[in-house]
Amino acid sequence: MADRDRYQRQMILPAFGLATQEKLLAAKVLIVGMGGLGCPVLQYLVGAGLGHIGIMDADKISLSNLHRQLLFTESEIGLLKVEQAAAKMRLLNSDVTIESYPFHIDQSNALRIISKYDLVIDATDNFPAKYLINDACLVLQKPYVFGAVSRYEGQVSVFNLAKEERSINYRDLFPEAPKTGEVPSCAEAGVIGVLPGIIGAMQAAEAIKIITGIGTPLYGRLYHYNLLQGQGFEIEIAATENRIKMNEKIFLEHIYEENEEEIDIPEISILEFNRMRALPEVFVLDVRERHEYPPIDFSDAQIPMSELQVKMHEIPDKEICIICHQGIRSVYAAQQIRKKRNLKVYSVKGGLTAYFK
Amino acid sequence: MAITVYFFGSLVDITGQSKKELNILSDTDSLNMLLQKEYPALVSTKYFIAVNQQMIKVNRELNNGDIVALMPPFSGG
Repeated sequence: MADRDRYQRQMILPAFGLATQEKLLAAKVLIVGMGGLGCPVLQYLVGAGLGHIGIMDADKISLSNLHRQLLFTESEIGLLKVEQAAAKMRLLNSDVTIESYPFHIDQSNALRIISKYDLVIDATDNFPAKYLINDACLVLQKPYVFGAVSRYEGQVSVFNLAKEERSINYRDLFPEAPKTGEVPSCAEAGVIGVLPGIIGAMQAAEAIKIITGIGTPLYGRLYHYNLLQGQGFEIEIAATENRIKMNEKIFLEHIYEENEEEIDIPEISILEFNRMRALPEVFVLDVRERHEYPPIDFSDAQIPMSELQVKMHEIPDKEICIICHQGIRSVYAAQQIRKKRNLKVYSVKGGLTAYFK
Repeated sequence: MAITVYFFGSLVDITGQSKKELNILSDTDSLNMLLQKEYPALVSTKYFIAVNQQMIKVNRELNNGDIVALMPPFSGG
């Protein structure tokens, strides 16, 4: 046991004590992202005496980081975030072992690295990484603490805490990642410096609660914080029915980041669609999620967008007309199909919204 | 007889308000359609709907006094 004076203020708390402190010292947590969220998460966990911490980020410190990443200083601009963070945290608390990973999380490293930890904290700043962490944690059955910010608002939740098939995760909120550019990043939308400090500190608190067993983690609940209004809003998350079980194979085959050139997909009008769907060589594919409505009786199959990658082989060698709610996903689905299959693929412009007009 | 709709994140930019009172509507589908008609940019925006702080995944009847929330994803860090 390390020097007790250091932790005296938290060890005298009701329901804390020595045994709880020792749980923290024995725990292993991975923080993915060492930016606005990652810095406060790391600082509070090191302060609390969390024994083993991995930090992962490929980025170097830049001047525009410093309004919110208070761990870094002007003299460190251009240096690797994880190296500077690790060096400083060793000065703060020598009880803590810090391992730095100076690269981004991806499909080739996620499972290997996450498997070494008890819990993951998502402090990343982009959707591909958030979905990748979500899915890797599902494969490995690791709980993870989600955090995200935009302008003056933030979101926090705990995912995958129950070790069961229906364990609630980020895909219950948003089954598929928004397309690049659909949701603005901090660089585009802006963020007030103190906000990731608040959300990151909340993520650290959730991690401590999960590890020590004190309190009630934000599992199954999305907490939204509006800094300008000084208001919180909590939403109970509904689990998705009949969702596919994530496994290593699906994880490794999934496309998280679209780097390829966008494939141009022909869009057809409702008039054209009605003509085509009567033809025997045409196959109508509905790519809406299973919970979406209304049900339609003129599709030949429904393969939700979230299952498309693994069910690609179920699509027959026909001309494919893809329909969805608004005609946006259907373009994306058509692109996915064209990448894997040499078929004529069309997207129904305006989707079912246009169809039922 | 009214319901209150709360908009979060980028949806506030689209609707120009964070809160809107509406005369009671039959269900969440008709509410969503009405909002998408009034604010067409919602159509191409990702969000989920919660009624009385519970996320819904299928159409749900609305009652007087219900609080509806439209929540988009955030990715910043």
